[in-house]
Amino acid sequence: MASLAVRNLFHDKVRLAVTLTGIIFSVVLVAVQIGLFLGFTTTTSNVIDNSHADLWVTAKGVGYIEVGVPFSEKKLYHVRAIPGVAEAQKYILRFGQWKRPDGGNTSCEIIGFDPDSDMGGPWSLSEGDVRSLKLPDTVIVDRLYAQKLGVTRVGQTVEIHDVRARVVGFTDGVRTFTTSPLVFTSFKNAQRYAGLNNDQTVFLLVKAAPGANVERIREQILTSIPGVDAWPKARFSSMTTRYWMFGTGAGVTVILAAVLGLLVGVVVVAQTIYAATMDHIREFGTLKAMGASNGYIYRIIMRQATVSAVIGYGVGIVVASLAAFSSRHGGANILLPIPVRAALFGLTLAMCLSAAMVSINKVTKIDPALVFKG
Amino acid sequence: MHAAIEVRELTKTYAEGAASSRALDDVSLDIHAGEVTLLMGPSGSGKTTLISIMGCILRPTSGSVRVAGREVTSLPERELPAVRLNHIGFVFQGFNLFPALTAQENVELALDLKKIRGAEARRRARTLLDAVGLSEKSAAFPADLSGGQKQRVAIARALAGEPEIILADEPTAALDKTSGRTVLDMLRRLAMEEGRAVAIVTHDNRTFEYADRIVRIEDGRIGEDIRGNELRALEGAEI
Repeated sequence: MASLAVRNLFHDKVRLAVTLTGIIFSVVLVAVQIGLFLGFTTTTSNVIDNSHADLWVTAKGVGYIEVGVPFSEKKLYHVRAIPGVAEAQKYILRFGQWKRPDGGNTSCEIIGFDPDSDMGGPWSLSEGDVRSLKLPDTVIVDRLYAQKLGVTRVGQTVEIHDVRARVVGFTDGVRTFTTSPLVFTSFKNAQRYAGLNNDQTVFLLVKAAPGANVERIREQILTSIPGVDAWPKARFSSMTTRYWMFGTGAGVTVILAAVLGLLVGVVVVAQTIYAATMDHIREFGTLKAMGASNGYIYRIIMRQATVSAVIGYGVGIVVASLAAFSSRHGGANILLPIPVRAALFGLTLAMCLSAAMVSINKVTKIDPALVFKG
Repeated sequence: MHAAIEVRELTKTYAEGAASSRALDDVSLDIHAGEVTLLMGPSGSGKTTLISIMGCILRPTSGSVRVAGREVTSLPERELPAVRLNHIGFVFQGFNLFPALTAQENVELALDLKKIRGAEARRRARTLLDAVGLSEKSAAFPADLSGGQKQRVAIARALAGEPEIILADEPTAALDKTSGRTVLDMLRRLAMEEGRAVAIVTHDNRTFEYADRIVRIEDGRIGEDIRGNELRALEGAEI
């Protein structure tokens, strides 16, 4: 009987509040932990993912983007000569030293790219123009790190590696996993900021012509150009992510937190749903005495669990979304894409129904004397 | 009169760790239609165990129980709810109403178990509440009813499935004298006028005058089985 399930649930407002609080807490906890995990994961490889390149050419043995090794830019011309290559550009990502206007220093990640190409440049630009980077000594940084970099507005001048740098634009939400802010500049500027020779690059970004076989281009690069590796964007992205998430303690910590969040969430939901069912154990005993089949009682318990899950998830995901929204301007990014939200709903439902199953197990073993006690 | 419930050589043993205790020992008893049978005895004598087994809620250790002519001890667990639903109505000491449902909805719940729903369920529930004199309280929640009114709703609910057997556990224990008499009157009428078999577990001497028979249980065994003139002589006396 649908109404008994729902009415029982809403009859005791305090119990309902406790149950929903438990579920909401769990949903928020799990959502935030998973969101943080996704945020970290995405941040580790966002430079690669937003590069618009099909292939990344690196020096031999480079395992992830932050450890690129300089090589001769002559290899660029070899790559451009390979059939199927529509565009190839030099690209730099190197750590550098940023001297703030107040004289303090902080590390940064210098990204050098060709401002005339759509590969490797900044995204989420909120102020300024990428073409401004064609001018000497110009950079674009992210507002998230403006305070850290000591800049507040376009036009301010700092020094990178003792070379002048003028801020000509800001991005909004371009994060770094290494805590060193990303500084976008032209390839030529980057060579100086990073202390590279004029004939050196760190990566080559390659775009295949429409219809060209990227894997074949990759094979040709590997066979015809010595001393380099070539990785499809997705592969290089996953290599970088895997390094940061699994090769360092940072990622493992985030993963452990997400798993712990999940476990705590499951336990809290299980406990609250179980307690809510146990509160009505005498009523279920009465129903059994009245001739209700186990299936009838199961359906009531399952319906209560489902309603609790739906309400708890609904409120929980709103709270988690607010947390994710406010994290846009914080140090840690919480990502809650639609598939994650959908999966979380399924998870919440599964947690509630699993907890209800434990209760059902208890209900099937009700002491018959229970219904006869005054 | 035929036996609505036939109990034969019934034994129930509860395991208590390595030891065990015998709650019922070789109990044989018939509960007849059209008759009010009181099951009396001190606490722990086995009354509740007996009514639980007769109500197909609890399984005996040995012996047989026939409900409406059907042997139930050998039935698989999944078939017992149907026996209870179709043949037995329970009235409990603590009323066991669903606090989240109104009086009418409590009765409709019993009808829902028999797949009677919607307008037909509402009509029948109103009729049953009217029969126990509570039509004006149909929208009231249990918390807003007196003890006597709750028990009358419970009786209406027990009757919803039109059972031929009513098993009542201390139905007047939580009621004042007037309410207790009203409830017993109703149970009596169910036996006398509608031919139902009514078995009442009770300590309440006030119930004697409503009984056709008193079965006294002591230490899990039938002590006395009193009927007729012998019973009339007991009315008003302690047993």
